[in-house]
Amino acid sequence: MTTTDSLPVDVTALRADFAILSRTVRDGKPLVYLDSGATSQRPTQVLDAERRFVETSNSAVHRGAHQLSEEATDAYEGARATIASFVGVSPGEVVFTKNATEGINLVAYAMSNAGTAGPESERFALGPGDEVVVTEMEHHANLVPWQQLCQRTGATLTWFPVTDEGRLDLSELDSMITERTKVVAFAHQSNVLGTVNPVEPLVRRAREVGALVVLDACQSVPHGVYGQGAVDFGALGVDFAVFSGHKMLGPSGIGVLYGRRELLEAMPPFLTGGSMIELVRMEGSTFAPPPQRFEAGVPMTSQAVGLAAAVDYLNGVGMERVAAHEHLLAERALAGLSEIPGVRIVGPEDTVDRGATVAFVVDGVHPHDVSQVLDSLGIAVRVGHHCAWPLHRACGVPATVRASFYLYNEPSEVDALVAGVREAQRFFGVGE
Amino acid sequence: MQLESMYQEIILDHYKNPHARGLREPFDGESFQVNPTCGDEVTLRVKVTDDGKIEDVSYEGQGCSISQASTSVMTDLVIGHSVDEAMTTMDAFTELMQGRGQVEPDEDVLDDGIAFAGVAKYPARVKCALLGWMAFKDALARTSNGVEAG
Ligand SMILES: Cc1ncc(COP(=O)(O)O)c(C=O)c1O
Repeated sequence: MTTTDSLPVDVTALRADFAILSRTVRDGKPLVYLDSGATSQRPTQVLDAERRFVETSNSAVHRGAHQLSEEATDAYEGARATIASFVGVSPGEVVFTKNATEGINLVAYAMSNAGTAGPESERFALGPGDEVVVTEMEHHANLVPWQQLCQRTGATLTWFPVTDEGRLDLSELDSMITERTKVVAFAHQSNVLGTVNPVEPLVRRAREVGALVVLDACQSVPHGVYGQGAVDFGALGVDFAVFSGHKMLGPSGIGVLYGRRELLEAMPPFLTGGSMIELVRMEGSTFAPPPQRFEAGVPMTSQAVGLAAAVDYLNGVGMERVAAHEHLLAERALAGLSEIPGVRIVGPEDTVDRGATVAFVVDGVHPHDVSQVLDSLGIAVRVGHHCAWPLHRACGVPATVRASFYLYNEPSEVDALVAGVREAQRFFGVGE
Repeated sequence: MQLESMYQEIILDHYKNPHARGLREPFDGESFQVNPTCGDEVTLRVKVTDDGKIEDVSYEGQGCSISQASTSVMTDLVIGHSVDEAMTTMDAFTELMQGRGQVEPDEDVLDDGIAFAGVAKYPARVKCALLGWMAFKDALARTSNGVEAG
């Protein structure tokens, strides 16, 4: 038995910050929230920060000369600095977006705009003969925008397959990424398999051929990397990266696009309008330097403040501890679930290069039915293809059950999951 | 929550021993339907006689107990009936499923279909229960007889 006081994180104390975790569901069952991979819960500190901002300084940033506007602008830019430093980059390299999905679309549309935007953005332009390389394990958010970009430009989409163990098959790395490759886009950590992908060989090969690397860090930035701590985009050497606030204790409605400064400086805008301009005449306009060039319109402010508070919260706990805590939970979940006859883990069965997202199927019980039984016990998991339909096809399953853990989950919740899966087998008359 | 209120015996029986399963020839219309949130799918065929009777409904697919059982129950409810009767039954079933548990089902019309009343309380599962019916409606629209009747 793991007792809670031997855990890397003081989970009992920390849970008190998350009011929702003490509610009950479905006729009085304590909530067991194992769906943080979809969206995480928010601590009081984040809500307080948002409320404080709205009650004291709320106004449009970068737009007025009054005191409130000054304060709001400081809060907004201060949030940018906090968030940038969390991922090892400078504030000017952080663009606020609605979510990660919008960040990826921003890059993909900037690239299709590049064809007509003048000489300095030529390096972003794509056409027939060029290739965009993704992987078979991508979330639709890091797949469909690239499919669409290829459709608009005539470029070709190719992808790395996934091995039977649920890891990227990089055996053909050098023939997959070639002089034709313009973009390499992949997930740092799979939102289904939990696999943490090796960034280094992909970045190295992309560099050799001059391709841009876009990292989908939605599932890595919130959780850190086991044995290392916070994800550091600067150290990873990627060109672009995205993540969403709502998956890391922050508000929904805010995401981050990181772009290397010299790239953002040369890249044409996606959305245009107010706040992103330098000079506007009836005949045409010029654009502000980054990051403003990519933030058209009045931006989300209390969300930025809330996300910075979430970063402070995570830093307060320490990302090494967060990752270590989740590592223990993943270990326990993998062990507990693999012990059940008829349960198959979809993804790596060990904890090497793996986060605390565990997808599985139960012989003879459809994932929907498993999750319904779990729900009746108060356990919230996700079911379906988790926006990674091609990956499920590659794994030969139509759908999976996915439990995803975070810093506020306890070992006893893992045990509840394992017991719940056994209950689903009993209810549907399969298993022992 | 009482799991049993959703998973009535009738549903579990149909799930374990589905009626009319398998794809058969000949057929007049075929439909492939998929639930984009979970990837469940069904391919369904209908055979309609010249005088507008549903002679056969055959299907193949993968899905949860609710979608499988609902498709099985549907075949019982429509095979041997006129297209018009089948449409009336479908409307009654759809109304039940979209009623959030507030609609009182009519056993004379829905027979085993009344077992799905509990499912209607779970919005996430309503699509599952309607998947086979959607395929049936679409397959029917693709037959020449069905188009006339519809
Ligand atoms: C790996 C991955 N990429 C992208 C996304 C998209 O994030 P969002 O919906 O916040 O834009 C998600 C979240 O669902 C994800 O898990």
